[in-house]
Amino acid sequence: MSTEDTMTDTAVSSRKSSPRRPAVRRRSAVLLTAVVLALVVVALVLVYAVGGRSHQLVTQAIVTGILLGGVYGLVSMGLTLIFGVLGIVNFAQGTLLTLAMYVAYVLVSSAGLDVYVSTLITIPVLFGIGYVIQSTMLNRLMGAGETEGQLLVTLGLALLIANLLLLGFGGEPKSVSAPFEGNLHVFGAVAPVPRVIAFLGAVLLALGLTAVLRRTRLGLSIRSVAASAQGAQLVGVNVHRVYALTFGLGTACVGAAGGLVLPFLTLTPTAGEQFTILAFVIVVLGGLGSIGGALVGGLVIGLVQTVGGLYFPGTGATLLVFVVFVVVLFFRPQGLFGSPQ
Amino acid sequence: MTTSAPPAATAPPRARPWLGNWTVLVVGVVLVALLPYVLPASRESVAVRTLIFAVMAVGWNIMSGYGGMFSFGHAAFFGIGAYADAYLLVKHGVSPWIGILVGAVLAAVFGVAIAYLSLRYRLKGAYFALATFAFAQMLLLLTSNIEALNKTRGFNVPLVPGGSWSKMQFPIGSHNYFWIVLGILAVAVAVNILLVGSRLGQYVMAIRDDETAAASLGIPIMRYQLAAVAISAAITALAGGFYTQYFLFVSPDLAFGAQVSVEAIVPAVIGGIGTIWGPVIGAAVIGPLSEVTASILRDPPSVLSFLSGRSGLDVATYAVLLILIVLFLPRGIYGSIRARLRA
Repeated sequence: MSTEDTMTDTAVSSRKSSPRRPAVRRRSAVLLTAVVLALVVVALVLVYAVGGRSHQLVTQAIVTGILLGGVYGLVSMGLTLIFGVLGIVNFAQGTLLTLAMYVAYVLVSSAGLDVYVSTLITIPVLFGIGYVIQSTMLNRLMGAGETEGQLLVTLGLALLIANLLLLGFGGEPKSVSAPFEGNLHVFGAVAPVPRVIAFLGAVLLALGLTAVLRRTRLGLSIRSVAASAQGAQLVGVNVHRVYALTFGLGTACVGAAGGLVLPFLTLTPTAGEQFTILAFVIVVLGGLGSIGGALVGGLVIGLVQTVGGLYFPGTGATLLVFVVFVVVLFFRPQGLFGSPQ
Repeated sequence: MTTSAPPAATAPPRARPWLGNWTVLVVGVVLVALLPYVLPASRESVAVRTLIFAVMAVGWNIMSGYGGMFSFGHAAFFGIGAYADAYLLVKHGVSPWIGILVGAVLAAVFGVAIAYLSLRYRLKGAYFALATFAFAQMLLLLTSNIEALNKTRGFNVPLVPGGSWSKMQFPIGSHNYFWIVLGILAVAVAVNILLVGSRLGQYVMAIRDDETAAASLGIPIMRYQLAAVAISAAITALAGGFYTQYFLFVSPDLAFGAQVSVEAIVPAVIGGIGTIWGPVIGAAVIGPLSEVTASILRDPPSVLSFLSGRSGLDVATYAVLLILIVLFLPRGIYGSIRARLRA
C-alpha cells in the first residue's frame, strides 16, 4: 500500500517552487511505512517463535486480525477525510455506520435485494446524508476555535440517530444472511468469506478514494482546501461546497462499510458505536487525511486486538489499543504517516 | 464575569456583583429544599437524578467552561468517585461520608496527572478531548479486568435495615437523599462562585481567553490550569460517590461509560458554558426530560401512537435540543438571557 498520499504531501508536491522537500518527505514516509511493517512482522515472528502459543492459534489470530483491520480501515478512511480536511471530530461516524447498516438491512429485508447490491445504494444515500449534515449544520461552525461546537453537534447527531433507530426499529438484534457463506482456508486458518469480501472492499475503497483525491478536480479542490481554506477561496474554490462534498465522501465510506459488514455483524441501534473511538485511534495513528495510513492503521489495530487477545483475554487487548493511542497522541500527534504541520 | 473584557473597563454598577450570586444560591437552596414536600414521591427520584446531573455539569464547567480545556472524559472522575466509595464501603466498611471524600481526592490526583501529561505534550482542542476520552475508556477497561474491583460484576452496596446516617442509607420515602445531593450541589456552586471571584479563577479565565498574553504577564499557566482540573474532578467525583449510595449499585459501564461524560457535558452546554448558573439550569431542563417523554409515550397522542412502548425518545429529544442550542444559542439558555439583559 503506497502511503505517500498524505494530503499535505501531495498538496506540497503540486507546488513547483519547492520540488525537493516533498520527495524527501515521501521517501521518509515510505521508510516509516517499511519500519512499521517490519516492526509488525518482527513482533509476529517473535509471537510465533517465543510466544508460547500454538502456531495454529497465532495464524488464526493474524488472519482474523487482518480481516478485522480491513473493517476498521473501512470506517476510518471516511473519518480521516473528515478529521483531516475539515478538522471535525466526527463523533457520529460510528452511528452513521449503524445508519448505513439499517438502510442496507431495510433494502435486503423489504426490497429483497442482495446485500452487496444494496451496498451500492447505501453509498449514495449516506453521501447525501453527510452532504446535508455539513451544509446545513456544520458549515455554520467552520471558523477557528469551533472544535467544541462541531464536536457537540456530531455528538448530538450520534445520540439522535441511534435513538431514532431505537424508536423506529426497537432494540432487538437483527441480521441478514450473506449470499456467499462458507470459509476460505489460509495457511490452516479459517477466513469467513463475507469478511474476506469486506476486506477486499476496504482495499478497493482505499484505491478509489486515493484516485479521487489525486486525479479528479474534486480531489484537487479537497487537497487545496486542506492545505489552506483561505488560499483555496482566493483562487475560486467554493470552500463550503467542498466541505460538504468532503463530509459526504467521508460518510459515503461508512455507507460502503455498512453494507459490507452487515452479513457478519449483529445489527442493533448501537452496533456502530464501538467503531467511533477505534476509528479515531486509527486515524491519529495513521496520520490525519492519509487514506493509506487509515488502512494500515486499521490493520495494526486489528492485529493488536486479536494477537494481543492471545495474551490479554477479554477486553485487555482493547486496553492495549488505548495505551497505543495515548502514546501516539503524546509523542507523535501527526501520526505515523502524517507529516508535521 | 466571564467576558474577556478587563474588569476595570466594565465598571460594575454594583459594588460586589458576586453578592447577587450568593443571594440566589441561598434562596435557591432553601426553595429547592422544600421541593420534597410538594413533589409526589414518584417524582423524587427524577429530582435526585437531576441534582446529580447538575453537580456533574458544574464540575465539568469549571475545567471546560472556565478553564477552556474541553473534557470528553469526565466519566473518569465520576467513576473514580463511585468506585472509591463502593470499594471502601463494601471491602473495608468505611463510611460513605469518608469514601466520597477519598474519591474526590483520588479523582483530583488522577485529573492532575492526565491533565499534566496532556498539557505537557501540548494537546489542544480535539486532541485534548480525545485524550480525556481515552483515559476514561482505559479506566472502564481496567475496572472491568481487575478482580479486586469485581470486574464487570461491579459492587452492590449492602443494605442496612432501617437506614443509618453513618452508612448514608435511608428508608424508602426518606427525603434525606434529596437533601444530601442538594447539599453537594450547594457546595459545588459555592466553590464555583468563590472561584470566579478569586485570583485563581481570574487567572484561569485569562489563560482560557489568551494563553500567550497570560503567560507574558507572568501567570504560571500550567499550575493554574491543573488547579482548575483538580477542583473540577473533585466535584464530579462527589456526584459519583453519591450515585453509588443512592442507587446502591455501580458497574464499570455505569461509572466510566461514555454516556456519563455526555451527561456531564450536555446540561452545561444547554444551560450555558462558563457561567455559574448555566449548568444548574441545563440540568433542570435535561433531568426531567426522560420523565416527560415517558409520560407522553405512556399515553401517546394519535400522531405519535406508533411510538408507544418504544424507548429512545428522551435522548432523541435532548440530542435535538443540544444541536439546536449549539447552532443557534451557543451561549446556552442562561448565557443568552444574561447577555440579552446586559445589552
